[in-house]
Formats: sequence, structure tokens, C-alpha cells
Amino acid sequence: MDLVTLLNDFGATFLGLDGKLTFVMLLTRMGGGLIVTFQVFFITLIGSLPLGVLIALGRMSKIKPLAWLMRLYISFMRGTPLMLQLMAIYFIPYYLFGIKLSFLDIGPIDLGPIHIEISWVMTACCIGFILNYAAYFAEIYRGGIQSIPKGQYEAAEVLGYSSGQTFMKIVLPQVIKRILPAMGNEVITLVKDTSLAFVLALAEMFTVVKQIVASEVSMVPFVLAALVYWGMTMLAEFALSRIEKHYAYYHD
Amino acid sequence: MTDSNTLVDLRHARKSFGDTEVLKDISLTVEKGEVLAIIGPSGGGKSTLLRCCTLLETLDGGSLSFGDSVVCSDNAGRAVYGDKASLARARTHFGLVFQNFNLFPHYTVMKNLIDAPVTVQKMPKEEAEAKARVLLGKMGLEGKEGMVPCELSGGQQQRVAIARALMLDPDVLFFDEPTSALDPELTKGVLRVIRDLAEENMTMVIVTHEMKFARDVADHVIFMDGGVIVEQGLARDVIDNPQHERTRAFLYNEE
Repeated sequence: MDLVTLLNDFGATFLGLDGKLTFVMLLTRMGGGLIVTFQVFFITLIGSLPLGVLIALGRMSKIKPLAWLMRLYISFMRGTPLMLQLMAIYFIPYYLFGIKLSFLDIGPIDLGPIHIEISWVMTACCIGFILNYAAYFAEIYRGGIQSIPKGQYEAAEVLGYSSGQTFMKIVLPQVIKRILPAMGNEVITLVKDTSLAFVLALAEMFTVVKQIVASEVSMVPFVLAALVYWGMTMLAEFALSRIEKHYAYYHD
Repeated sequence: MTDSNTLVDLRHARKSFGDTEVLKDISLTVEKGEVLAIIGPSGGGKSTLLRCCTLLETLDGGSLSFGDSVVCSDNAGRAVYGDKASLARARTHFGLVFQNFNLFPHYTVMKNLIDAPVTVQKMPKEEAEAKARVLLGKMGLEGKEGMVPCELSGGQQQRVAIARALMLDPDVLFFDEPTSALDPELTKGVLRVIRDLAEENMTMVIVTHEMKFARDVADHVIFMDGGVIVEQGLARDVIDNPQHERTRAFLYNEE
């Protein structure tokens, strides 16, 4: 008996999956969605982690208009639903500028071995998540940066470090250690928040699962989805604890 | 005129925080090889004076220069500071040892010592490491290169901080109450190191509450209170035979 039959028999016996949708078909479709979920997750982190630093620095800037603008930005991003922000970003090009949304799909571009094809839905989702998460990250960075004792800046100043060197070499590494627990919260929330992309029908895992539930009249995909999200957050927890261990060689 | 042996030349320094005048017309000079101790009650302006001398605070009025490197000059009672580059140049003339060490907690002892010379002065890493080892030996810290500050006692941390300041070959080393965060046992080790530096004719300005140490190690003592220099002179004269009532009251209470 091969694996496919084994899995399908398991699905039929224990999950009540029969008829059109076999267990393997369910897993395959969810797997496709999972890849998109991963893409959104990592692109969001790559974009929002550095953007958060810039927003935090702007928020703490001595240039008052910039500080106020960043404050307003953070307030708005944290004060309105992420789901609404995703929809707004998706539709803004059309409603504000009259651009046909399909015009914003990128590709297909063939660069030898690299094949690029990015839908506007995907782009809009990632922009939305990055802009939203950067606001949360900025506040965590700000807390971390402000917790570094003044003496560290003064020691660096007397030793001749430039303000850029002081930030990158002295302050930021210490900030990272201090904010890791708070960042962990956000990263884990992001794992689950990727499911909000269903409002734009981006084919990430939750969107796929919802479609299957509707068409097959079975709650089993929801249960599986919950387990997969839980598994992903456990992976995130594991990665975060590894990073915390990496910084455990000192305390202050 | 300043002769070439004057390393620190501060004239008519004034500084206020809000309505509180913390420094009222303070002038002092530090000669090459001199050890100057600044004593006095808390809130008397000692720390502010030191912070102004090390460019951590700016003077409202007066002038300050290190040798031929001018930090600020007096213009009709207002201190006018030089540009960024000239201030950076002035900073190479002095080092500062803080009350609470301010080592970089995420760096090892070795990295604490070599990072500024390598990053700021572009000193080759091998040269910096060799120099650091010599200094750590002098501080009685052999074998601690790979440790991080939290693994060291307060006294050891302060000696690392002194070594870090010496890495940049300052003309003059400022100390802001270097032993105030230490218990008496750890204080000894740090004072011994400063004593050794004095014997090597290191020029130093030390804000301290250790009167016996000030008398033994310093050449000159300044007693500050209420933002003014109340009394100054040879260390033994000021501490053993104070002339002013306030100095006497302060030293008497210290006993």
C-alpha cells in the first residue's frame, strides 16, 4: 500500500473525508497556501524590521514635525484594523488614481532561470503588513533604545565614536537583546495575522482552507489549519529562544 | 599666556541649569604631569565642572582649551564652541573614567579596549590587541581578555575602564568619583592603579571623596562648593590645614 492510499484511508476513516476531496488533495491544497503564507510572513519581517528602526528614530527625532508625523503614523496604524488597511492599500490605486488593478500585476518576467510573477494582491498584502508591523516594531525599538543608559552614549562620545557608530555598534546590539521577548510576541502574532490576507482573496493557507470548508461542508480543514498555525508559532518560539540564547552570554 | 606645559586651560567658566547657577566663574589650569584633585560636597558643581571639561556639557560662558586645541572661546561672556571637527580633535586630548564605569556590556574586555582605537583611530587590530594586553597587565587583569564586564567585580570593571581610556593615549585623564560605586575592598585596587599612573607622571584630574587618597596622590587640590572654588592649593596644605571655614567644616565632617 503506498503512502497516498494510506493517507487517504486515514482521512476517510478518522476525519470523515470521503467523496470528491481526499486527504492528500486537502494536504496538497493547504500546502500550496502554506507557501504563500510563508512568503507573506518573511517578506513582512524583512521589510518591517528595518523600517521600524527608521520610524522609531523619526519618532524620537529632535525635528519636531518629523516626530509628530511619526507619532501620527504609529497612532493610525495601531488604531485602525489591519484588515481595513489591507483593503485600503489594495484599492487605493484604483479609487485614487484610476489605475486598473490588473495593470499592477508584475510579470511574467523571464530572467533565464528566474521567473518573476507577482500579483498586485500579493504586493498589496505585503505592503500592508510591512507598514502595519513597522509601527508596532517602532514602538518596541523606541522602548528598547530609551532603556539604554545615558552613560553608554557618553562613554562612546568621549571615546570618539560618531553618532552613527554609537548607534550601530553600542546601542543597537544591546537594544536587540532587551526587546527580544516583546518582538517574540509580535512575530508570533504575525504568523496568525497572515490569515487576514483572506479579505483580498490572496491564496494563503487560511483563504484556501475557508474555500475548502465552504465547498466540502467539512470542519476538518479548520482543525488542520489550527494545528498548522500552532506548529508554525512553535517554530517561531524555538527560533526566538535560540536568538535569546545567543545573547545570553552577558547581562547588564 | 599659556605655556606649552599647560594641558588644560579653563577660564571664567559659567554654567546654569535653568535658574540654578552651577558654575560661577571657575578658572583652572592643569600642567603636564600634575595630579589635580577636586573635592567638595555633593551638589557643589564638581561633576558639572568635569562634564564641561570633557564636553559632555557645554559651558554658557568662558573658554576651554587642551594645549593648542581650542574647545570654546569667550565672546563677550558667552562660550563659543568650535565646529564638529575641532571638538573631535579636542576629544583626542583627554580620557574620562566614569563613576559607574560605563563599559560596553556586550563587548568582551578585549573588545572594550580595542574597539575605539580600531574604529575611530583606524589602529591595526593586532597593534591594538598588543597594546591592550600590556595595559591589562598593568591593571592586574591578565587573562580577563575574553570575559564580559558582568563577569568581573566592580573594581575590575573600573580598572578595565581606566585601561580603555588609556588606549587612546590621552594627554590628561579625568576621573569622576572613580571609587564611589565600589566597596572599600575594591576601592583599594582602583586607587592603587591611579597611584601607579601618578608615579608614571600621568596628568590627571580626579573628582573624589577619598580625602586621604587626594592628599597622598594629588599635587593640587581644589575645594568646590556652591559653584565656586572656595579654596585651592597644594594638596597637603588644603587638606591638612584648610584656611576657609567651609573647607574646614567639610573636611571636619568627613573625619
